[in-house]
Amino acid sequence: MSRIGVIVCHCGSNIAATVDVEQVVQVAKTLPHVAYAADNKYTCSDQGQQAIKEAIVEHRLDRIVIGSCSPRMHELTFRKMLSQTDINPYMLEIANLREQCSWVHKNKAEGTAKAIDLIKMAVAKCDRDQPLFTMSIPVNKRALVIGGGIAGMQAALDIADAGYPVTLVEKEPSLGGKMVMLDKTFPTMDCSACICTPKMADVGSHPNITVKSLAEVEQISGYVGNFEVTIRERAKYIDYSLCTGCGLCETKCPTKTPSSFEQGLGLRKAIYKPFAQAVPGKPTIDAEHCRKLTTGKCGVCEKVCPLGAIRYDDTDKVTAETYGAIVVAIGYQLIDWGSIYGEYGGGRYADVISGLQFERLVNASGPTEGHVVRPSDGQEPKSVVIVKCVGSRDPEHGRSYCSRACCMYGAKHAHQYLDKVPDGRCYVFYMDVRTPGKGYDEFYMNTQHDGALYLRGRVSKIYQQNGKLICQGEDTLSGQQVTVEADMVVLETAMVPANDADRLGSMLGITRDKDLWLSEAHPKLRPVETNSAGIYLAGTCQGPKDIPDSVAQASAAAMKVAVLFAHDELESNAMIASSDVALCNGCGACVSICPYSAITLEEITLRENSKKVTRRISKVNPGLCQGCGACTVACRPGAMDLRGFSDEQIMREVDALCQW
Amino acid sequence: MSDTMRYAYFPGCSAAGTSIPYTLSAGFIAKKIGLELVEIPDWNCCGTSAALVTDRDLAVALPARSLAIAEHNAATAGLDVATPCAGCFASLKSARDYAASSEQRRARVEAMIGESYSATADVFSFLELMAQEAAATAIEQAIQDAALTLAGLKVACYYGCALVRPASICRFDDNENPQSMDRLVALTGAEPVEWAFKTECCGASHQMTEPAAARQLIERIFVDAAANGAELIATACPLCMLNLDLRLAEVNKRRQEAGQTTFDIPVFYFTELLGLCMGGGVRQLGIDRHFHPAEPQAKRLRTLQQLAEEQAAREAAEAAEAARQRDVRKEEAARKKSEAAADAVPAAAGQGTVADEKEVHA
Amino acid sequence: MSVVETNVATTGAMATGANSPAAAESWQPSILAFACHWCTYSGADLAGLNRMEYPANVRLLRVPCSGRVNPQYVLSALGKGADGVLVCGCHPGDCHYVSGNYYAKRRLMAFKRLLEFTGLEPGRFQVRWISGSEAGKFRDTVTRVCEEVRALGPLTTDQRQALADPVLAGAAATTQAGEAQ
Repeated sequence: MSRIGVIVCHCGSNIAATVDVEQVVQVAKTLPHVAYAADNKYTCSDQGQQAIKEAIVEHRLDRIVIGSCSPRMHELTFRKMLSQTDINPYMLEIANLREQCSWVHKNKAEGTAKAIDLIKMAVAKCDRDQPLFTMSIPVNKRALVIGGGIAGMQAALDIADAGYPVTLVEKEPSLGGKMVMLDKTFPTMDCSACICTPKMADVGSHPNITVKSLAEVEQISGYVGNFEVTIRERAKYIDYSLCTGCGLCETKCPTKTPSSFEQGLGLRKAIYKPFAQAVPGKPTIDAEHCRKLTTGKCGVCEKVCPLGAIRYDDTDKVTAETYGAIVVAIGYQLIDWGSIYGEYGGGRYADVISGLQFERLVNASGPTEGHVVRPSDGQEPKSVVIVKCVGSRDPEHGRSYCSRACCMYGAKHAHQYLDKVPDGRCYVFYMDVRTPGKGYDEFYMNTQHDGALYLRGRVSKIYQQNGKLICQGEDTLSGQQVTVEADMVVLETAMVPANDADRLGSMLGITRDKDLWLSEAHPKLRPVETNSAGIYLAGTCQGPKDIPDSVAQASAAAMKVAVLFAHDELESNAMIASSDVALCNGCGACVSICPYSAITLEEITLRENSKKVTRRISKVNPGLCQGCGACTVACRPGAMDLRGFSDEQIMREVDALCQW
Repeated sequence: MSDTMRYAYFPGCSAAGTSIPYTLSAGFIAKKIGLELVEIPDWNCCGTSAALVTDRDLAVALPARSLAIAEHNAATAGLDVATPCAGCFASLKSARDYAASSEQRRARVEAMIGESYSATADVFSFLELMAQEAAATAIEQAIQDAALTLAGLKVACYYGCALVRPASICRFDDNENPQSMDRLVALTGAEPVEWAFKTECCGASHQMTEPAAARQLIERIFVDAAANGAELIATACPLCMLNLDLRLAEVNKRRQEAGQTTFDIPVFYFTELLGLCMGGGVRQLGIDRHFHPAEPQAKRLRTLQQLAEEQAAREAAEAAEAARQRDVRKEEAARKKSEAAADAVPAAAGQGTVADEKEVHA
Repeated sequence: MSVVETNVATTGAMATGANSPAAAESWQPSILAFACHWCTYSGADLAGLNRMEYPANVRLLRVPCSGRVNPQYVLSALGKGADGVLVCGCHPGDCHYVSGNYYAKRRLMAFKRLLEFTGLEPGRFQVRWISGSEAGKFRDTVTRVCEEVRALGPLTTDQRQALADPVLAGAAATTQAGEAQ
């Protein structure tokens, strides 16, 4: 038989003004199992709390109902208070007499009647409260960062500087991501490589960071503090413990193939470092093009390597490790404009290039040593058309969102072109110019002063005629159709999620939005967390953004990891679902409905009617369950229930109310 | 699609008027490849763009009536509908899609035309019909049997606006860079050129009302075809044909006055080119009925034997030329050798290094 | 199944009707609103903070998520005395628990049709999405629901008996899955 104590708070006059507190107390005393009821001027004050503690002892109370402000305000306060008594902190219910009663009803009779109902509900529910306990989850203080672009590197460096070991997994042969491909960064026109490669070197040499290049995350299980991660490092065919990165093999390799780092504008060897300052600074063999690996003939690199580091029989290495937290920084890719923009030639014209290709063209260490020339014939283009929003803000062909960085890098490209080809003409077709950011709009204005001609309208067609690219478009400001004869066209294409985003997102339990960007836990207040505890987002995998925003988000994610790692143990949520073995029929409805993959089916062996029986039952992982209760409703046999909000408790509240 | 190549045929108003060559040449091909076209009795005007700008209901009701007749008529019941004209195709297919999109709309269409219409039969243009695998294979076979070729002739395949657009209604080919006509024309041995105006508007509907703007639309099509080396334009639409073929003279006149080069780029129905290679005569196919003379291009037709002879002759000439140049080089080398011997400077070591490096970097 | 049986057995005695002739004159609708902790419940708190007035006939029952609301609760509430039930949660896409409100939507929409099939007026069972910042929307919604139910009058004894039919409880159970089929 439970012994319930009911305390009704005046909250000064906040509650007492429209609720007859004394009457509520009198009614409370008559309710079943209520052993004690009293009012209090300020229940949350030290004296108020002390009074409850004393009542607990004096009246041998085993659970408490407090009629006061919203539980969102002081539920934790009163739980903390109960933890100092003999009562379990979860033996507590709060009736919301202030925000949802006294403050919203002026008629005292109505307010009092409602307050009585709310107390009745709370008493009915409290009568079935059970002591609940949290679990301590040990925290494995090692972080995994997926993606070695600028965001991933920044997150790894910050976590490592905080003193925790980090493994950074990068799928390409080198760190650096997209940023290291860029020529300059807006609006300061810093050399991108000059600020990115030192970070790469820092990551590569940091004692707390292990870099796994050419590697991908294959499998993840577990939960915050304890993620079990399987990583596959693809074969590099080179023993990195011997290789010094001298580069002799690369100079002697006879096979050339288009370089993806140079966006197909330049060639690389089959044994290669993607670029000079690559980290790790050692080459890998591209098995698809290597003569030795495809035909068995050649072996030049093995002959010339002074250290005998070449390993043609190298295989993938698969390792499984445990991490406490994961930062996802897998970045973006550019939309495949060729397959969707047939009106721009669909990729048939060599001189219609993407913005990233232009970055390589204009880069001093790029395939043309920084000379802006047409890919088709190597001639300097005297007129260039830049088309913005190719794939962005175009739900018909591409994506509905704005890619955020293109207005600025479009202005940068115009500026760079006019800088290198002073007698050239540059036309920029735009929908809107969006330049929020420090120094951004000034940069755009300067580009116009440089001579870039901004035309507000979309390009409807690009075609080649007599060696020129004819761009048909519209200038909506003058209301004219315009046709520009260009030597080269640069398409500022939309950012879209990396290929891996969907697979990785589903593996990690991160929701994806309609465009497959990884979703943060809250768009305003939890921008780096995900819905899976212990997994954080950094950079463009969460949505298009520029470099400073990516870096800021990466540092924020690292901070979240450091906060998590400041604890040796985590407390699990006490109000979680649990399944009754006797009732569960193993149908698995709860498994597929759980958004946190917290429920699994397990085989158990039982004795039933003196026979051994093997059954499948569902089991809730207390580290993963967040306590939403969606599974409880899906459970037909009624085996699944939610602690703290059990079916019986809610039904008793309903019944209490229906005594009206 | 029907199992056999049998279709309900909607000729459209141009079939017996402005597009007689299309009717003749398509009929010739149909006979050759076993394509059966059963004319829908009492068909009426499809309404085309005129109905669309007058009244949306009219634009659905007019083609729907003909389609409903095709369903009810014993000879055409159950057959998909084929039409030569791109305008008819757009009207018929749009009406059919509209009626098939919901039960409510279908009932509405039935109320407008006063008879039942199930909207089950699909609608095909002649181009789509002939681009389908069975028809294309039969066409290839018929051309092989005739042993004729248009090899060497450069053709700009012009699809116009209505055959592939709007993509949601046509559901056929790429609407920016279609390939179906290019593939059919390539069967004749002619070379379809890569060009940019395959699906640009020819301005036909506006030639009467907005001549100043619409004439430019014609000219730029010829300009791009010429810039890409085309010797003729192939089309699959009677209205495009009429518009381009009839007004080329006017375009040329204007260009001549402006001191620009004129175009000798006749317009053909793609079916005329296919028909020629199946052994059709110029008059039989209606090629003599064009405004801009098309016979010179038609005369480029040769037998495969003639082509082989020409090729052999060309190869022989090339071989003779190569042999002559080889002799010249030999003489030159011999002359240099004797000069080098006279100087007596050994160069073997240097040559060796170059060869080594070549081997590594090759 | 277990839910209904347990509660009918243990608490059935508490259920009383509100349809006595004496009550009819001063009749006030009784409305139970299930509110998710993260959105609607905090929206209601905000309405309080802004001292927004709304009818006192509405009682909120806090659940962690609208996905926690079992159709059986609604059946029970309407069968035992409530004149209207409102279920509120976060806006689609904003669920604190990722997808709970989507489950709620699928379940409760199917369930609503079942209720209407039994003859219950659509206004008596409503599902609304109200965020934590939409205090005004909360006030307007509960006020409107209250007026709609007031206009419908009290649930008849026949209606309540129909809702208490175990066959209906069994049918309601089929709406519980919530997963897209």
